[in-house]
Amino acid sequence: MAPTITTASLTVRDLTVAYQKKPVLRNVSVEVPEGKLIGIIGPNGAGKSTFIKAVQGLVPIASGQVEIYGKTYKQQRKLVGYVPQRESVDWDFPADALDVVLMGRYGRLGWFRRPGREDRAFALECLRKVGMADYASRQISQLSGGQQQRVFLARALAQEAQLYFMDEPFAGVDAATEKAIIHLLNELKQQKKTVLVVHHDLQTVEEYFDWVILLNRRVIAAGPTAETFTAENLQKTYGGRLHVLGGQLLVSSQSVNDEEDER
Amino acid sequence: MNSLWIMLTGALVAASCGFLGCFLILRRMAMLGDAISHAILPGIVIAFLFSGSRETLPMLIGAAVVGLLTVFFVQLLHQSGVKSDAAIGVTFTALFSVGVVLVSLYAQQVDLDLDCVLYGEIAYVPWDTWEWGGMDMGPRAVWAVGGVFLISLLVVGLFFKQFKLCSFDPAMAAAVGIPVLLFHYLLMTLVSLTTVASFESVGAILVVAMLVVPGATAYLLTDRLHVMLFISMGIGVLCSVFGYMLASWLDSSIAGAMTAVSGVLFLLAFLFSPRHGVVAKAIAQRRVRVQNRQTKPASH
Repeated sequence: MAPTITTASLTVRDLTVAYQKKPVLRNVSVEVPEGKLIGIIGPNGAGKSTFIKAVQGLVPIASGQVEIYGKTYKQQRKLVGYVPQRESVDWDFPADALDVVLMGRYGRLGWFRRPGREDRAFALECLRKVGMADYASRQISQLSGGQQQRVFLARALAQEAQLYFMDEPFAGVDAATEKAIIHLLNELKQQKKTVLVVHHDLQTVEEYFDWVILLNRRVIAAGPTAETFTAENLQKTYGGRLHVLGGQLLVSSQSVNDEEDER
Repeated sequence: MNSLWIMLTGALVAASCGFLGCFLILRRMAMLGDAISHAILPGIVIAFLFSGSRETLPMLIGAAVVGLLTVFFVQLLHQSGVKSDAAIGVTFTALFSVGVVLVSLYAQQVDLDLDCVLYGEIAYVPWDTWEWGGMDMGPRAVWAVGGVFLISLLVVGLFFKQFKLCSFDPAMAAAVGIPVLLFHYLLMTLVSLTTVASFESVGAILVVAMLVVPGATAYLLTDRLHVMLFISMGIGVLCSVFGYMLASWLDSSIAGAMTAVSGVLFLLAFLFSPRHGVVAKAIAQRRVRVQNRQTKPASH
């Protein structure tokens, strides 16, 4: 066990989520420390996306509690930033990159205020941080996949949150973007922010994350990467489909729960 | 003067439908507008039966209630596993048929003509005037459609950022605390109100065209949402003016001509839009091909 657990940024107790009758997540309990980069790891259909959606109240919870810095999500909404999967939105929407980043400010504006000059300046600064300042007025459908992902990340930065949820930010991006993203995530960590990342690539887990949550419908293990990301735990998470080949991890691509897609 | 009233009515109908239609298109819900415009028929008839007159206010209320019911039923069916297009189809045909039965049962009492509901007759607009305190205030349709248009402008103007985020990324909108469902129903209320205010003049079927075509045209012409809204309204006005001119030249149905013009404008945008147009794309591709041809020999 880690000797000095500071404040928990996110506490989940006994979370159960069921889409139809079958639970997608069962009795998930986890306490996430502040200021860490956390990978949420598990096979397809393990409920990783569902987990971060349920925590934010985006899918109905069958039972359980979620606390963010000791209070409910509704009270702490402004402390949370969200990067959904890139494919979850229609990139043909009539907006430019800056428009999308400005959306990150909406939560702070309340019901009636419009984004003002400071918001625009801030949004532009966020675009600069992800190396996209030159693309501010570019229509979003004309950006590459990696650039779109960076715009999403800039939007999350514009939320000025303490706790970030990112749903597969590395999916389908080029190497340069992956590097830029991980650099940014480390910067967030240095500012004592907590970032939870749904992640697929087992090869990079040890390099990227200092904490992991191994998830497959329930929490298999959660803790510092060095202690938790072990062959034994991975075997439990992925079942028989994981092969360790000369230090290389291989996962057969077939879904472990070959019903229902993960929503 | 009469032709001015007709054009004004047509312009108001087309602009308010086009402007709300933009959001429907962006949310891939254009057919929900279609459904609402048909499904409100029973609402109108019931409002007639209760109020015993063709007063605008009871009709607006009746239509808004049934419009929201439509959206609610579609949502309910969809959540219980019916595919969303099937849910829309089932709901609106069911409600529309109730309306048709009601009209045929009570037609004598309510002085409501089914042809008029479906096709409308904008040519009669100038004679159906609104008297207020003994004064002639001009055509009732202009007041009804204009009023609803103003309400829509006000609501969307006030909550533009919410409508924008809900259309682009509803999950994010929900995460930052925007009541997504409330704004969904708010938009659908506006669509219902606009539809019922418009149906008398241009008819339910042509309202559908105005809900989809100007927005779809504007979508081809710009990459910014607020510009798209303005363009769609401008296109609505053009449809009305040119449509009226076309109708008087051909001596044909005015509403039909207005819709035909909207179709022509869409076709023009489809062909000649600077970025999305077929011609622009063909030119760009040709340029790439020519460049390839020029560089190829060098590589061999």
